[in-house]
Amino acid sequence: MKTVLNEQQLAITIKRLSHQILENHVNLDNTVIIGIQPRGIYVSDQVVREISQLIAPVQVPYGKLDITFYRDDIRKEILLPNHTDIPFSIENKNVVLIDDVLYTGRTIRAALDALLAFGRPAKVELCILIDRRFSRQLPIQPDYTGKSIDSIISQKVKVLWKQRDGKDEVVLL
Amino acid sequence: MRLSVKHLLGIRDLTRQDIEIILDTARQFKEVLQRPIRKVPSLQHITIVNLFFENSTRTRISFELAEKRLSADTINFTAGGSSVSKGETLLDTVNNILSMKVDMVVMRHSASGAPHFLAKHIPAAIINAGDGINEHPTQGLLDAFSMREKFGTLEGLKVAIIGDIMHSRVAMSNIYLLKKMGAEIMVAGPPTLIPQYIREAFDVRVEYNLRKALEWCDVANVLRIQLERQNQVLFSSLREYSLAYGISKRLLDSLPKEITIMHPGPINRGVELDSDAADSKQSIILQQVENT
Repeated sequence: MKTVLNEQQLAITIKRLSHQILENHVNLDNTVIIGIQPRGIYVSDQVVREISQLIAPVQVPYGKLDITFYRDDIRKEILLPNHTDIPFSIENKNVVLIDDVLYTGRTIRAALDALLAFGRPAKVELCILIDRRFSRQLPIQPDYTGKSIDSIISQKVKVLWKQRDGKDEVVLL
Repeated sequence: MRLSVKHLLGIRDLTRQDIEIILDTARQFKEVLQRPIRKVPSLQHITIVNLFFENSTRTRISFELAEKRLSADTINFTAGGSSVSKGETLLDTVNNILSMKVDMVVMRHSASGAPHFLAKHIPAAIINAGDGINEHPTQGLLDAFSMREKFGTLEGLKVAIIGDIMHSRVAMSNIYLLKKMGAEIMVAGPPTLIPQYIREAFDVRVEYNLRKALEWCDVANVLRIQLERQNQVLFSSLREYSLAYGISKRLLDSLPKEITIMHPGPINRGVELDSDAADSKQSIILQQVENT
């Protein structure tokens, strides 16, 4: 087991991602943030909290998207869906999709499909905490990257969160 | 995670975990229906045939809607106007349809066990949409879903199933399901419409007095009197049945607590359920339909 990000590095990385998003979306009134269920929302929760502090009292619209019904492997195994909650239209909005780990790109492919059911966004960007580079199966790249790592197929990236796992840490198993 | 079964032939074959997987998935799927585009691609490239050898409105439409919302390709088949009237056997009919490359069969049939017979002989997955007086698993699941939506859990919930228990596949699926999920069950109705050994077979309460049943329960699932299945005279007239077992708003108002009324439809208004009771605030019949 190898630590990729420790608690302090993780906090700094989230801060940096939040600032980068803010930098590219100076005028936040046309931007919405959407976290991907189930694990992306731990990242997006923190990014949204960070951004809200920076731009208070303005609130950035924040939604959660579950992609279970859009997976290309849904018929191989049953996965319990999580809640989707997008209480606003994304028509003509700049959408920032947030997930924890980018690996094959298939989750993001499904998320893009799922997103279109809610309208036609003006632009979609991708924010990723950990990018497992050189392992993509689809032409998908992040716009904001917390950290890029090199890993092999047999390895697993695990993102631990205090509220769920007792500590904040990213490890390579 | 996997379901323990390949076919959905009856609640009898499901485990508690299977039921929970199905209900939890349905709960999240309900949100899809609020989206501007009410469709997801989960069953893309899958062809489903809806074989209805018996009449149906709700079940058929809701199956077709569900299939379309999951992006499956569908074919509809009704016995009238098909080669069934020329004497073709069930297996031949289905094999002919399957040779056209169909992956899944949804079937309603008047013979109990018809889908079980098919499951033994064909490779496609089968969903039972009601077979004779045996089971109607999807109705059982949606009834459970509606109850869980209203009460949060089925554990310890007191459910009275009222009416024609003898001829009701809905009652069977409800009993199997509620039993597995830890609810308490009572069946109520005239003695001629309640199978003799049901208490021993399913460990349920039996009550012949409607008022006592309603006083006991949290939820009353009122069944339709199946006029088409009454081969022998089991009660003297519909009016007499209605007098002894019909539920009216006045009766509901006279109970010590407010109970919830369910009905799998179609309602014989004025027989098992009066209009004022069926349309009252205590009734969740249309929510049931929404959840199909």
